[in-house]
Amino acid sequence: MTERATLPPPTRPDLAVIGAGPAGLAATLAGAARGVHVTLIDSAPQPGGQFYRQPAPGLGARRPRALHHRWRTWERLRTGLDAHLAAGRVTLLSDRHVWCVERNTDPSPAPFTVHALLGPAQDESVAIRADGVLLATGAYEKVLPFPGWTLPGVVTAGGAQALLKGGLVLPGRTAVVAGTGPLLLPVATGLAAAGATVVALVESAAPKDFAQRARVLAAAPDKLAEGAGYAAQLVRHGVPLKLGHTVLEAHGGERLESVTVAALGPDGRPVPGTARRLPCDTLAVGHGLLPHTDLADGLGCRLDGPAVHVDDEQRTDVPGVWAAGEATGVGGAVLSLAEGHIAGRSAAARLRGAVPDPAEWAPADRARTRSRAFFDGLDGVYAPPARWAELVTDETVVCRCEEVTAGAVREAVGSLGAGDLRTVKLLTRAGMGWCQGRMCEAGVAGVAGCAPVPARRLPARPVPLGVLAAQPDRPPPPPPDR
Amino acid sequence: MNPLELARAHPEAPFTVRFDGREIEALPGRTIAAVLWSAGITAWRGTRGEGQPRGVFCGIGVCFDCLVTVNDRPNQRACLTPATPGADIRTQEGTGHDD
Repeated sequence: MTERATLPPPTRPDLAVIGAGPAGLAATLAGAARGVHVTLIDSAPQPGGQFYRQPAPGLGARRPRALHHRWRTWERLRTGLDAHLAAGRVTLLSDRHVWCVERNTDPSPAPFTVHALLGPAQDESVAIRADGVLLATGAYEKVLPFPGWTLPGVVTAGGAQALLKGGLVLPGRTAVVAGTGPLLLPVATGLAAAGATVVALVESAAPKDFAQRARVLAAAPDKLAEGAGYAAQLVRHGVPLKLGHTVLEAHGGERLESVTVAALGPDGRPVPGTARRLPCDTLAVGHGLLPHTDLADGLGCRLDGPAVHVDDEQRTDVPGVWAAGEATGVGGAVLSLAEGHIAGRSAAARLRGAVPDPAEWAPADRARTRSRAFFDGLDGVYAPPARWAELVTDETVVCRCEEVTAGAVREAVGSLGAGDLRTVKLLTRAGMGWCQGRMCEAGVAGVAGCAPVPARRLPARPVPLGVLAAQPDRPPPPPPDR
Repeated sequence: MNPLELARAHPEAPFTVRFDGREIEALPGRTIAAVLWSAGITAWRGTRGEGQPRGVFCGIGVCFDCLVTVNDRPNQRACLTPATPGADIRTQEGTGHDD
């Protein structure tokens, strides 16, 4: 368990891009084309992130695009990356799980050190030096609790999609896709195309919610066309779309056997008499995405609510640190590409001591503005049921890792007087488990009636004690040839 | 239709892994979670408190629900760990340590 130093070629300023999804790839291409060396660091075996997650090479997929959207964009990114790799302008470090980015007190030999565990074993750490850091760490799924949500067979919508894209495997034969948000559409159509029977797509947003935002939606005809395309696929696969509905409960013994769904009334409560039981072996559920902000938080970057704060150049408030994509606010792949491109260009200029001209990235700036406006509008459409927490019974486990029930959380608030999420955590252990509250934070906050304050999670992923013990007090010295 | 047909997959030669002592077939490149799902297995952990069954939840390494014991090493995330020929995969009860 020793620390090894991985060093970039010493000729150009080195930008470490963390995350090889749409934002990280766009940033890498923009930076590498403009005079910096990019070290692209990603936890997966292959680049692509979640959006462009590729099937494992051993599966020999000749038509991976069947599982994807915007495939031509991926091909363009992949071609560009390959060219930069061949020219030595980019170093790709896959299967590296970054647990900490360190701002060095002594900027010589480098202002930043990125610490990453080597996958898949993750019991050895490497240190990567960089002159600047660009965080493209993406997002993970938010799932609000409901009775039965811990049963095997209940998976996150993105999780079902990840195993389908990466492993070419289905979670089961009959699926219900439920929750709220645009991700449910590709998940439902993807599962159906791959041979699953999708019993229903259960979306809590009601038709009136879309109608009220018609002007916002109409301003993005490409997005409307995309939505219409999904709707057509749902019809083709015979998937009923239940708008204004929610899952009340998942049923089963050792695994999921059925779910109960009901229509939601204007008060956000289930309408009596509308509950229906749907037999299924899979429930793919999600209520939107949450930005990965741990590395930014560890560097001391300012957060705006749940996302990393950035300026017009995608700079965080920490000098030398940029951020792009879902980490700076969830807005989809098109927004991530635009933000990544701008961040990469800004970083390339500033690391070479120049001041970038924003006019040079005007098209990306326009795409960024449009996408942000569209997603701000969507935020008002897609929402979990207003009174979802009332449906969580006292017996329901809300913190999956520590097996803390809603009853225990309510007792901490009601009898013990906890008034904030941190106190609830200290009294119940909710959020103290392996996932460090990433999976339960929103649920526990809702059940407790507290504001969801993003927890500080350092290190950003579990690190063996032996790795921490092996960390030197100072960055490793430069090699003699530098 | 199945996912392999949809992506026109021509996998390399399959190999065998063991799950709780029985042999199951694995396709190269698949994670342990994908291998178990393809064999119809959805749970491979009993929780520390109540001994409740768990399997994949988030699928991307964040939630730690899919922890499993592989070649006597407990607490491996099945969704991230590639399956290797002959791997001995066992349901993890509690912490996975003899405690």
